[in-house]
Amino acid sequence: MDFLGYARKDGGVGTRNDVGILSTVICANEVAERIARQVSGTTSFLHHQGCCQTPVDINRVTDVLIGLGKNPNLAAVLLVSLGCESTNVGRVAKSIAATGKPVEIVTIQEGGGAAKAVAKGILLAQAMVTAASELKRELFPICKLVLGLKCGSSDTTSGLSSNPVVGILSDLIVKAGGTSILGEVTEFIGAEHLLARHAKDQETADAIFSLVNQMENRAMQMGFDIRGGQPTGGNIKGGLTTIEEKSLGAIAKAGSAKIQAVYEYGVRPDVEGLVVMNSPGREPELLTGLAAAGATLITFTTGRGAPQGFPFVPVIKVTGNEKTWDNLKDHMDFNVSSVIDGSESLADAGNRLLDEVVRVASGKKTKAEISGYTSSMDIYMVGPVI
Amino acid sequence: MKQDAILITSLDNVATALRDMEAGQACHFLKGEQAVSVVVQDAIVYGHKFAVVDILKGADIIKYGEVMGRATADIPRGAHAHVQNIESLRGRGDLKHKGGT
Repeated sequence: MDFLGYARKDGGVGTRNDVGILSTVICANEVAERIARQVSGTTSFLHHQGCCQTPVDINRVTDVLIGLGKNPNLAAVLLVSLGCESTNVGRVAKSIAATGKPVEIVTIQEGGGAAKAVAKGILLAQAMVTAASELKRELFPICKLVLGLKCGSSDTTSGLSSNPVVGILSDLIVKAGGTSILGEVTEFIGAEHLLARHAKDQETADAIFSLVNQMENRAMQMGFDIRGGQPTGGNIKGGLTTIEEKSLGAIAKAGSAKIQAVYEYGVRPDVEGLVVMNSPGREPELLTGLAAAGATLITFTTGRGAPQGFPFVPVIKVTGNEKTWDNLKDHMDFNVSSVIDGSESLADAGNRLLDEVVRVASGKKTKAEISGYTSSMDIYMVGPVI
Repeated sequence: MKQDAILITSLDNVATALRDMEAGQACHFLKGEQAVSVVVQDAIVYGHKFAVVDILKGADIIKYGEVMGRATADIPRGAHAHVQNIESLRGRGDLKHKGGT
């Protein structure tokens, strides 16, 4: 099965052809956003990090921005810098440029302030869009897809229908030679023994247990029951009772493929197949981590109806809750409530979802792209803001 | 048979309602291939669970054939099984202070 994507010089294949306006620090967000708003064909990535952080987090911001910039869905990158941030802007630019992608930097402090930086950025971005618009989509096999897996605003239908259907999809893409990235380590708690059985070897299984222990210990150290945090208040209203129940439903979206490797947050997999990425469950940080790891399309299952997309990666919303499908048509892309009422098998729904993935990878817009509900993004930090 | 609830595996002691149920209603579902029914003791909203057998305080709650928590009170067959009578066993930093496990 093939999709129509954009060939990149480093061998990656994009499902979109945007010019990315990436803010390198929270203080540069507004300039990045103003440039993106004024140039059609651009998209801004904004976040709240990049300064007054410990070195481990500053390095992570730098690495995540590199990962985002390298994502094959971006044809070119404009970095918007304040000029005094801790993020290593030079390293970000150099690393992205190494993929053969055009990269430019506008710096607010050196450039005479926000208005001048916006004006310069607009001109640079316009030139980048002009060049990018000449690229044409070409046919590629689905092994060139990098699929990100996400569930959010889950209810009990997520574990019964939408997550198992995405599990079938993930298996189909992995079987074809593609890559699928599973995150949300918080939602392994209580189901990690099942996931570890899918690990390709003991070392990978141990790495999964280790991630879960770290995540659970972080929650335990706060001295509270994590309920209300996980599962969230919304999950509990939707019928989920414990983190174990949520996890048992959540891991279904990993399907049955062997887990090939475990990676740190935002790190691009260097193997094909199903992989695990260290990450929390919250939408902005997880979606950013998947995009930085190179996901070119994300499936996002939801029971109660989460609206978030991502600035330059299409996010397909899959629900098994017929009430949510009826009530939130503006945000939902794909309905699998047929699995719950018994009118469709999991396998049939999984194949139907693969067809939708190919359509979206080839250019069909998702509801999140159409509604522009894509700006609540952030980078997952391990230490304090200081 | 159109099911009112779903029991994911035959090992499970809770089932999930697939429509809003009123207290006293008979709820029909499959246990394996066998059709069974449970009269629900409470109103159960779509997506919430009820006990399919009498569950004693302290017993494991089983869904997907796996342990998903523990009963904090006796949960009679048909009663709403949720946060008021089930606790998680994981991520429980609060238990350290109470000296429990």
